[in-house]
Amino acid sequence: MNDLMAKSAPAGPELALGKVAHGPSWLGLVGAAMCVIWLLVAIFGPWLAPHPVGEVVSDNVFDSLSAAYPLGTDYLGRDMLSRILVGARFTVGLALISAVLASTLGTGCALLSVVSPKWLDEVISRLMDAFISIPSKMLALIMVSAFGSSVLLLICTAVLSFTPGAFRIARSMAVNIEALEYVQVARTRGERRLYIACVEILPNMLNPVLTDLGLRFGFIVLLLSGMSFLGLGVQPPDADLGSLVRENIGGLNQGAPAIVIPALAIGTLTIGVNLFIDRLSSRRSRRTGGH
Amino acid sequence: MNSNTLWLIGRRLGAAIVTLLIVSMVVFAITAVLPGDAAQQALGQFATPEQVAALRLKLGLDQPGVVRYLHWLMNLLSGDMGQSVSNALPVSELMAGRVPNTLMLAAVTALVSVPVALIIGIGSAMGRGGRMDSVLSFITLALVAVPEFLVATLAVLIFAVNLGWLSALSYASDITSPWQFMRTYALPVMTLCCVIVAQMARMTRAAVIDQLDSAYVEMARLKGVSPVRIVLRHALPNAIGPIANAIALSLSYLLGGVVIVETIFNYPGIASLMVDAVTNRDMALVQACTMLFCTAYLGLVLIADLCAILSNPRLRNQ
Repeated sequence: MNDLMAKSAPAGPELALGKVAHGPSWLGLVGAAMCVIWLLVAIFGPWLAPHPVGEVVSDNVFDSLSAAYPLGTDYLGRDMLSRILVGARFTVGLALISAVLASTLGTGCALLSVVSPKWLDEVISRLMDAFISIPSKMLALIMVSAFGSSVLLLICTAVLSFTPGAFRIARSMAVNIEALEYVQVARTRGERRLYIACVEILPNMLNPVLTDLGLRFGFIVLLLSGMSFLGLGVQPPDADLGSLVRENIGGLNQGAPAIVIPALAIGTLTIGVNLFIDRLSSRRSRRTGGH
Repeated sequence: MNSNTLWLIGRRLGAAIVTLLIVSMVVFAITAVLPGDAAQQALGQFATPEQVAALRLKLGLDQPGVVRYLHWLMNLLSGDMGQSVSNALPVSELMAGRVPNTLMLAAVTALVSVPVALIIGIGSAMGRGGRMDSVLSFITLALVAVPEFLVATLAVLIFAVNLGWLSALSYASDITSPWQFMRTYALPVMTLCCVIVAQMARMTRAAVIDQLDSAYVEMARLKGVSPVRIVLRHALPNAIGPIANAIALSLSYLLGGVVIVETIFNYPGIASLMVDAVTNRDMALVQACTMLFCTAYLGLVLIADLCAILSNPRLRNQ
């Protein structure tokens, strides 16, 4: 019964890892390239920006693409290219920090619960179950309503809502590995619990954990840019890609590039991550002989 | 239905109620216990200590958190959700006006998305590995990955701005003809459907393929049964449970999507009410909306689990 609930209860990203269709391999390369490009933009973007991010450079608002302003201008006449180059750092950076923290915390708790006594395992598992039952957007909304929005709060919220999923996946893998003979041998040898967790179990589940981290990164990008789109995420004067969509929503009726391009930017980032991860997980499942 | 099944269902229902209670504790802890002194916040920093103490007494803030939680939970169960600070109206009254709109949106989305998703999912399972399957797989993966507001923005640009077929803003009032209904609901429903259909189709495809890989389908194929008959008569009846599970789980994604869609289309539903409440920090309203959404979410996950239990003979008779 527990097994059944563990399989069907989470409506999370783990569903995507099952028997899914896998595209041709060049799509994986395209995905990886998109990820690398966005990572480079996040690191070097602010130096590449042709104009200061807050400076009004043009008299025309919602200008279309031109040589002077390659991605047009926004609702105040600021250069969109500069704003996207700077905004990408928030989107990619915040999501990356949160995803790494959530995965580390989730995997750590999973290892802890596998090597510790039954009651501690039970307590940790039940706690994670409670948090997985709150949809991430709802959790983010109540956190913002209670504490106000700040960069630190957004990271905390993302970690809080995506740690349980990471924990669940890591725990199910760790339980399987823990039952293998070499772990039993190590235990009989009298190795300490910390040694068993870090030296015997962790290295053997590192690949799937990293794949899961990538998926979680994609979901956190969607959550945070969704919050910014609602005006409850990154606050002005800073702006991530979601905030750029929100602040230029007035240009929708004219079909201004200022609203379409940041939305497309988020799309290329998340599609890239998903294509890449999809490819990685299909290669692994072929190697291990499963479908 | 034997006693074993009833026992399983009973256990699952019990677990759902316990989870809902824990969720309500988390929601209450985040919104009412952690963020400091509500009385001080309401009165501002120039209030005298006596005023703050009086308001604390009036709001019941001098009592410990557990007592306040139980009090809040009892009120919630009896339908008294408190007073909205920003609107000076009872929360239940505000919500009653909005819930039917959101239910309407969700119902239309479900009606449209379920058949489409089933056709796409079953179709790509039948043509597994082929060109059509690859294309559909890429499209559904892309749609699952992109944010709702990208789909909404592109839909508005194409259908409202370039083609001029539909209005960009949606109002649920004064609908008199089916044509008006179409114009009002087309864009929000289309946006929501994109995400849901993609999710549901991928899961349906996986469920059907699971059956197609089984021994009895192999047998039927060797016997020379036509591919269409294999899928419709042999595989599909056995995949009904997993598919129902997939539909319920995918519909739970509606809850996240509806927040964005109602906001971008100015749709007067419960999710846009909640976003306004969060912006105004109207706590009673935030709590009530969150509990409503979490209950709906847990309900859908529960239905998904029950479908899995009822459709699996091994679980029924173990």
